[in-house]
Amino acid sequence: MAPRTPGADLPDHPDRLWRSADPKSSYDVVIVGGGGHGLATAYYLAVNHGITNIAVLERGWLAGGNMARNTTIIRSNYLWDESAGLYEHALKLWEGLEDELDYPLLFSQRGVLNLAHSLQEVRDGVRRVGANRLNGVDAEWLDTDQVAEACPILNTSPDLRYPVLGATWQPRAGIAKHDHVAWGFARALDLLGVDLVEGCEVTGFERIGDRVIGVETTRGPIRAGRVALAAAGHTSVLADTLGLRLPLQSHPLQALVSELLEPVHPTVVMSNAVHVYVSQAHKGELVLGAGIDAYNSYGQRGAFHTIERELAAAVELFPMFARAHVVRTWGGVVDVTPDASAVMGRTPFEGLYVNCGWGTGGFKATPGVGWCFAHTIANDEPHPLNAPFGLERFTTGALIDEHGAAGVAH
Amino acid sequence: MMLIPCPWCGPRNETEFHYGGQAGVACPKDPYAASDAEWAAFLFFRDNPKGVFTERWMHRSGCRRWFDLRRDTATNEIHTGAHEDQERTVAV
Repeated sequence: MAPRTPGADLPDHPDRLWRSADPKSSYDVVIVGGGGHGLATAYYLAVNHGITNIAVLERGWLAGGNMARNTTIIRSNYLWDESAGLYEHALKLWEGLEDELDYPLLFSQRGVLNLAHSLQEVRDGVRRVGANRLNGVDAEWLDTDQVAEACPILNTSPDLRYPVLGATWQPRAGIAKHDHVAWGFARALDLLGVDLVEGCEVTGFERIGDRVIGVETTRGPIRAGRVALAAAGHTSVLADTLGLRLPLQSHPLQALVSELLEPVHPTVVMSNAVHVYVSQAHKGELVLGAGIDAYNSYGQRGAFHTIERELAAAVELFPMFARAHVVRTWGGVVDVTPDASAVMGRTPFEGLYVNCGWGTGGFKATPGVGWCFAHTIANDEPHPLNAPFGLERFTTGALIDEHGAAGVAH
Repeated sequence: MMLIPCPWCGPRNETEFHYGGQAGVACPKDPYAASDAEWAAFLFFRDNPKGVFTERWMHRSGCRRWFDLRRDTATNEIHTGAHEDQERTVAV
């Protein structure tokens, strides 16, 4: 018998979840950025507002930017009313999203602990639990023993340099499989007839006066009734072509995973003070993240000392992790605002809408962003939930200062 | 990790430095005359180029002095030529 050619009898490629479309010459709405936010926005434009003549333009491959790079944590336990409204709306949508998209998202409400390591953090945490409850967000304050019960592998010994004095606990928080979320939306959009255009970078805008009427791309000009930016770390580059200044600074944010391990970590643990956040993916790898690298950068990489510091914190909190290995580290480019809250709304240009400034925490808001940004685009005015997040707040001074307030380790 | 040329101490590891963001951000000359928009521009709006950026760094673990650096935010390449010509921001 002749030897078989290796691979020759492999099955056919499975059906694709979406067709990668060629761009048409015009659309009702063009969304710049094919990550989670752009896809969710297109989805709710179609489903809630009946607009399906949409193109989502992605310069790379679909959901290959921050949507592929985040640490998948979902929670809504933010301090301020504006944030609680938006994130809680998102969390409620998450709770029905698998059914809505008819696609498995591995959404797991395993709860999040936000640790307190100092008396001030205890006070802030107790205050935030109170604020959360007033806003209808599930929240509890746990003392050290209760923390140990919720997450037995956590080192709650008083001998730590920064001992765990307690934690806030949001039981409905959790994680989802980020790629599946993007694929679920993309599949649904394809069925709705929306064009997902990959390998199509927007290089500028077509305009008449202060009205934006289309985009220039590496695959030719595309006319649009309305243009919506969901380009995360590269939003400033796009806005600069219009001379539109945005209160954004782009930074590297790194994350990493260990090898696949038996299930050891039952929940999500975040610590601002020693700055690390850890969960365990369904597949088994520990997923860790921390803060941004300090300097501005568009390189999707950061410095190793940032990784070293976050691992030191992780090993202090979880002594058993000392035996795990770092398998991969990577970086994404995140757009950070001065008040650590997003910008979503209209711009000084007619027909141009912006969703940016999600910094290190945009994944958890994905369906909420889609819902509210779609409303903003369809009605040319913000949804009540994102009205406080407009650009104008930086001039009026009505900031939504979540920097220290909400555990902005995401 | 970047190797950052301190004008006084020479090239040192990035971990010795503190980042200060965009260089040359001027406070409104007459604070009482500045409009809300001018205050917003000063407080919250900074350049965010993908490319060469003139920025402030402070040699925290060394001489503790501030200086300007021109760095490419896409590649992290540091443009020392232009930097060496500039005036030092503190008298030596």
